[in-house]
Amino acid sequence: MVKTLGWLTALALVVGLLMAFVVAPQVTQGNVQRIMYVHVPLILASYVAFVVLAIASILYLVRRDPAADRLAHASGEVGVVFVGLGIATGSIWGKPTWGTWWTWDARLTSVAILFVMYLGYLLLRGTIDDPERAARYCAVLGIVAALDIPLVHFSVYWWRTLHQPPSLMKPGGFTGSASILWPLLVNLLGFVLLYAYFVARRVRLLRAEAEAVP
Amino acid sequence: MSYARRALAVVWKDLAVERRSKETLNALVFFSLLLLFVFQFTLGADRERLAAVLPGVLWLGFVLSALLALGRTFLVEREHDCWEGLLLAPGDKSAIYLGKLLGNLLLMLLVEALVLGLFVVFFDIDLSRALPGLLVVVLLGTLGLAAVGTLFAAMTANVRARELLFPVLLLPVQVPVLLATVKATEALLLGEPLGAVAHWVKLLVAADAVYVVVSLLTFDVVLEG
Repeated sequence: MVKTLGWLTALALVVGLLMAFVVAPQVTQGNVQRIMYVHVPLILASYVAFVVLAIASILYLVRRDPAADRLAHASGEVGVVFVGLGIATGSIWGKPTWGTWWTWDARLTSVAILFVMYLGYLLLRGTIDDPERAARYCAVLGIVAALDIPLVHFSVYWWRTLHQPPSLMKPGGFTGSASILWPLLVNLLGFVLLYAYFVARRVRLLRAEAEAVP
Repeated sequence: MSYARRALAVVWKDLAVERRSKETLNALVFFSLLLLFVFQFTLGADRERLAAVLPGVLWLGFVLSALLALGRTFLVEREHDCWEGLLLAPGDKSAIYLGKLLGNLLLMLLVEALVLGLFVVFFDIDLSRALPGLLVVVLLGTLGLAAVGTLFAAMTANVRARELLFPVLLLPVQVPVLLATVKATEALLLGEPLGAVAHWVKLLVAADAVYVVVSLLTFDVVLEG
């Protein structure tokens, strides 16, 4: 099951990468723009991770099922890695196009806040030895953090923005050509699958750890 | 005892402890006085530059004293082994949260009033016109800080490296409150009416509501042990 997921992930990522170079059009920014096909899926997949984390946290508090906690734990780790990589790829894209690695633009800032917020989540996990208490506290933090995301978004949005407007999820739907949309969607699928694959592996490892230490 | 009376009992207990020991308030007042020196030395004496960064510096002062004050919320219980006492308290545990929140709110507003007064004297700012609006913003901002701060203080009370973990957890979550309060304060100090910053006030109200409700709902889980 997990192995099949792994192969599917690899397939989607390879096809996505090929499409980003072959199908996607050459634009005025040049080849550097193709970073978008990695950058956008990474960030969107990390949002998927944090939503799963929040749902798993609520589930844990309701049912007290350690499996829900392991799902939240794994999602947090993968989500933080994805956001980190998303910020890094964004920086690499930003340097040649905006002329700067980093700017305190609205969406950069809100993603950066997301990154530190969930880094704190992992930090809290790391400092508690009792797994049951770690699960409880992290579930609470996971819920608070998830509810904070819209607030962060709004507050940061009321600054002005340098970022190009969102391309996939915006009022009125996607307006770019299909040759941009399809490579982007295939890559998005690839990275969401990659997230699922990592989480499946990590959850299996966490379960083995929990069973090993009585 | 009714819910409200149980919450007030917690406030009353903490006030009595504070009145007799004067552990927190004295040190906090002294700390905010010291902050004033730090700001003056790091920013220099240039009045115009000072005026430009004043809203940010003011909230920096509030946040720094809040980090110290809120982080201590459950220290009395921990140091004197009264944690079990809290656990054994009958009825809905969220009453304890409400009591602690009220106590923190009282403490922080006291310190903030003092810091504001010191700012007026030492940095020569004219508050007469901005004061009513500023009161609203400070009250809402402090409630947001204290709401999450009280919950996280309970979480970090029994954790290794809690002095470090508390600000690390609290600050990212409080970004909306910080942005809203600083931006609103900036506009108010420039002489704009409260209506001009209505969107920030609305955001603060929304944030406060979310924080308080979530904390009330989850505090039970945190206090379990």
